[in-house]
Order: sequence, then structure tokens, then C-alpha cells
Amino acid sequence: MSTAAAPAPTPEDGQSFRQQLPLRIAQLGSLRVALVLTAIWIVFQSQNDAFLSSFNLTNLVLQIAAVGTISIGIVLILLLGEIDLSVGAVSGLAAAVMAVLNVKHGWGPIPAIAAGLATGAAIGLVNGFFVTRFQIPSFVVTLAGLLAWQGGLLKVLGDTGTVNLSDPTITGLAGTFYGDVVGWVLAAVAIGAYAASGWLERVRRVRAGLAPPSLRNFVIRLAAVAAGTIAAVLVLRADRGIPLAGLILVGLCATGTFVTTRTTFGRYVFAVGGNAEAARRSGIGVTRIRITVFVLASTLAAAGGIMGASRLLAVNQSSGGSDLLLLAIAGPVIAGTSLFGGRGSVWHALLGALVIGSIANGMDLLALASSVKFMITGAVLLIAVVIDAVIKNQRERAGAGR
Amino acid sequence: MTTASATTAPERPLLQASGVTKRFGAVEALTDVDFEVSAGEVVALVGDNGAGKSTLIKAIAGTQPGDEGEYLFDGEPVSIHSPLDAKRLGIATVYQDLALCDNLDVVANLFLGEETIERGPQAALRVLDEIAMEDRAVELLDSLSVTTLRSVRTEVGSLSGGQRQSVAIARSLLGDPKVVMLDEPTAALGVAQTHQVLDLIKRLRERGLGIIVISHNIDNILAVADRIVVLRLGRRAATFTTSETTHDEIVGAITGSKR
Repeated sequence: MSTAAAPAPTPEDGQSFRQQLPLRIAQLGSLRVALVLTAIWIVFQSQNDAFLSSFNLTNLVLQIAAVGTISIGIVLILLLGEIDLSVGAVSGLAAAVMAVLNVKHGWGPIPAIAAGLATGAAIGLVNGFFVTRFQIPSFVVTLAGLLAWQGGLLKVLGDTGTVNLSDPTITGLAGTFYGDVVGWVLAAVAIGAYAASGWLERVRRVRAGLAPPSLRNFVIRLAAVAAGTIAAVLVLRADRGIPLAGLILVGLCATGTFVTTRTTFGRYVFAVGGNAEAARRSGIGVTRIRITVFVLASTLAAAGGIMGASRLLAVNQSSGGSDLLLLAIAGPVIAGTSLFGGRGSVWHALLGALVIGSIANGMDLLALASSVKFMITGAVLLIAVVIDAVIKNQRERAGAGR
Repeated sequence: MTTASATTAPERPLLQASGVTKRFGAVEALTDVDFEVSAGEVVALVGDNGAGKSTLIKAIAGTQPGDEGEYLFDGEPVSIHSPLDAKRLGIATVYQDLALCDNLDVVANLFLGEETIERGPQAALRVLDEIAMEDRAVELLDSLSVTTLRSVRTEVGSLSGGQRQSVAIARSLLGDPKVVMLDEPTAALGVAQTHQVLDLIKRLRERGLGIIVISHNIDNILAVADRIVVLRLGRRAATFTTSETTHDEIVGAITGSKR
């Protein structure tokens, strides 16, 4: 699904906003990430030819499903120009709530999962309330949350420390694979939907007398989406099949993209991240938007935690800890979502998770020491943030001719 | 630079404010100020820093309602206690900081908070009707002869200062206002861009709007205004008809060395 997520961008012709320099740089960002990903894959493949095997790529999809889901929420938070440092702890706590209710209290899998998600939503409400009501930087509020919810995790787990999961519905989130029929039908639906929506927009623009988007560009994008989708199905079917976890991640990304780019809510998220005062004066309920995004981010973090627990078949005291939080934030930033607010895409969650996941997976295959792995991941994050800052400066210079 | 209709004081102004007073604690920022603007007229509001220009604009815009004062709109007595009151009457304000989102394109900025929603079942999701908005944006900017924009899908952050001002002014017109107030529309603009904005103000006048402009630049005011109202220490100190006054006379009224 990797290439489907990031159709290779090309310079557009005609009366397109992409002619503008800042956006051209931003667009180069997506292409840049695709190139970086290709380079990473070539390097690891050259070191270990098991890297690009169906087996390992399927593992990669399973590994990134949890962190990618958390990253979707992080993208929304970053679009606002805020940060949420509690997503890792929230993912662990939500998974623990689900596990304890299911295993120790005999709740059914669906109510237990719903309770885990509700835990996340409630925490998001608390974060949003403190950030908006008391005007405290989200950095501090969620840092407090990071500590508090880690305590919550220990409390919920109780004396046992580890809860093993065996419910087939819960473990099935990461353990379910679909065969050829489902794979090809979904691929056809995805490609068909992409083609239909692009074509419909074209027809409507022409009918309204507006300049239609470049046909050549549309065809190239469609070809890239189709090729990526088909390649993903071919690779995944050769091993265990199409993983449900991967479908959930892609489905959430598609939904998130629709919401952020096509609805008023998404427009307001970008507006608040770009200029909160302008948004407020336009009559936008800035507080409501902020709280909603914090609730979404924590709920997605809970969903990611539940998916992670499903894959590991257990929740323990280190669930949601370690480097999960930093990787969830680093992914979208590496893929081009700005830390400064107002610029980014939900697809960056998937793309960034693929980059970070590929590096982690490849280094594991090469059996590198943990020390080296941490340093390399840190360096990748630093480079991504530097590029983000450089692009921001360039943008400001481009708009400085006032 | 003046139109024949505006040099003679009109019978019934579009907006007439009388006795506007505003206190901040013990300080009286505005004292019993009368002010009026007619349809198809550009009135410049000038004065030194602290003279009360912005306070008057904010009172009329409803963002900081006056403590006393009466308003007639189209001859009818009205009250302005909130920005919504002013908006309902058809009074739009373009503040100096423009309040644009640099990361959004021209269309998104024009319609911010007033987006057109697609009809049908997707209306429940509040899906944006980008095509309708873009269509209207192109139409609006064309009607204002804002032609320097390469595309209405350009990000506002990459526009020049004059273009940004034009977008902010165009945005205020979407609600079909009758009065537009502009706070320092040419501050910090270059010569060519100032010219663009002054031309735009003249086109708004041709549309029959009543326009109130705050400015420090007297040459710009002489180029675009029909009447000039001078505020000094919170009071209306003088009123000039542009065709019958000079640069020095206005400066004298602002500083208080004459009249």
C-alpha cells in the first residue's frame, strides 16, 4: 500500500496552484519521502535479501499498524500547531483497560474494545479542556498526562503486571489475513473510487467553466495509485494474505484525509493551525475545534494501543512506553507534516510509519545493537526536522515580497 | 480625484453616528463624535496617534461598542452592541492585520467561516463545495479587477502585500455589505501596491458602497477620499472636502496648529 499512499507528485501545468514555489517545495516533500523510502529499501535489500521478501514486508505492515494509527492523531494535533506527548501512555492505558475488562472481568471483546477507545476519548477531553480553558501550552498539559497515564496503566494492570490476551476477536485485529478474493475486490474498489472521484471533479469543474486540472497529471497519479495497490496485494497475498491491521490503517488514513481536506471541520483545523486569531474572527469555534482534535488524537492513540496489544497478544507495564511516542511523532514530521502548524497530510502518518518502520525492521534484520538503532533513528528525526525548518524559512522568504 | 456627487454633502447619509462617546476608565477616548458616510462616498478618518480613529471604527464595528451614541442606518435608528449587529446591518471591517491564514489558498480565505456546503446527503458531513466557492471567488475578484493573482488557488502566504490587502477587502464584500471600513489599508505597502489598493477602493465606491478609510498617509487620502474627517484628542476637529483643501491644511488640523 506504500505507493498508493503517496502517488508520485509531478509538477502540474495549467492554472494550478502547484505552480507556486512554496507548494512546489512542499510537494517535493512527498516525492522526497518516496525517494528516501526507496533508498532505505535498496540499502537494506542489498545487505540482506530477506528484507523485501513477502514475509518481511507483511511483518513490516503489522509492525507499523499501531504506530501509524497513533500518528494519524498526531498529524491532526500538528496541523493545529499543538503537540500531544501523552499518546504513548494513553495507548498503553487504553490497551490495559481493554485487556483487564476482557480477561479479568469477562467483558465481551467489542464492549472491552469500546471501553478502551472511550478511555482514550475521555483523556482527550481532559487534555483539550486544560489546553483551551487555562491557555496552558499543550506541551506541558500532555507531558503531565504522559506521567499520570503511565501511572494509570500500572494501576489498571494491578499486581499481575502482565495480562495475556486470548480472545479471538481481539487477537484477530492483528492476526486476521484475507485471501485473494477480498484483496482484489478491495484493490478494485480503491482504484475505482480514486478514478471516479478524480473524473467526477474534472467533469464538474468543466461544467462550472473552471480550468480543469491537468489530465496528464491525473492519469499519472491514477497509474501510481493503481500500481501501488496492485503491487501491495501481490506482495501480501504471496505470504499470509491481506492483513486486517493494514486495511484498518489505510482505511483510517483515507477517512482522515477526507475529513481534513473535504469538510468544513478539516478546513477549520488548518485555519486554526495557520492563524488562530483569523479563525476566531471568522466566527470559527476555535475552542471546539481544539478540543475535538485532542479527543480524536487520544482516541486514535487508544486504537493504536489496542492494535499493538492485539499483535503482541498481551498488555504489560511497558505497553505504550519506550520509543513509541517519539516514533509516532517523528513519522509524520519525517514525511513532511510541519511542527509549526497548518501544513501536513494524514497520509504522512502512513508514509512516516513506513520510513521509520522500515529502518527499525531493517536494522533488526541486520541484528544491529540497540545503541546503534537509537542513534540512527535519532539522526533521521533530526534531519527531518531540519528540512521542515528550512522549508518554513524558504516559504517565508517567498512570501516576503510585501 | 473627487466625484461630483460627493463634493456636495448628501441629503441622507447611509450611516450616521451621532454623539459617540467611549470611556476607558477615567480616560475619554471619544467625546461626542458625529460621523457620517454616504453611499458611493469615501470618507477618510485621520488624526494623530491616540486621536480616537480606531476607537471610533471599533465602536461602529461593534467590537468595542461606544458608551453613548446613536446610529441611523439608511435613516432608520439602529443599535450596534456587537460585531453581529454591525454585520447584520451590512457594515464590514478590514483590520490592519488582515486576519488571513497564510497556509490556505485565496478561495479558502475568502470563504473562511462562511463555506459553501455541498447539497444532498453529504451535507450532513459538511462537505465543502470547492467548485461553487472557486467560481464565486473568480467572479468576485474579476468584478474588482484584481487581475494580478495568478490563480485563486494560490496560497495567501505567497502573495504580495497589495494582493493580500485585495484578498482581505474582497473577503469583506462576500456578505454584500453597504459600508466597508478599512484600517490603514496602505500601511507598509510599496508604491505600486499602494496604487493597486487605492484603485480597488475607487472601484468599491463605484459599486455604491460607503467607505471609511483610516490612514496616516495624507497623499493617499487626497488621492482617494471625497471627504476628510479629522479627529483630535477624541473629538471631531475638522472636516474637509478633498477638492477644496490642501495637504498643509489637513496637517494643521491634525496637529492642532490651525482651527
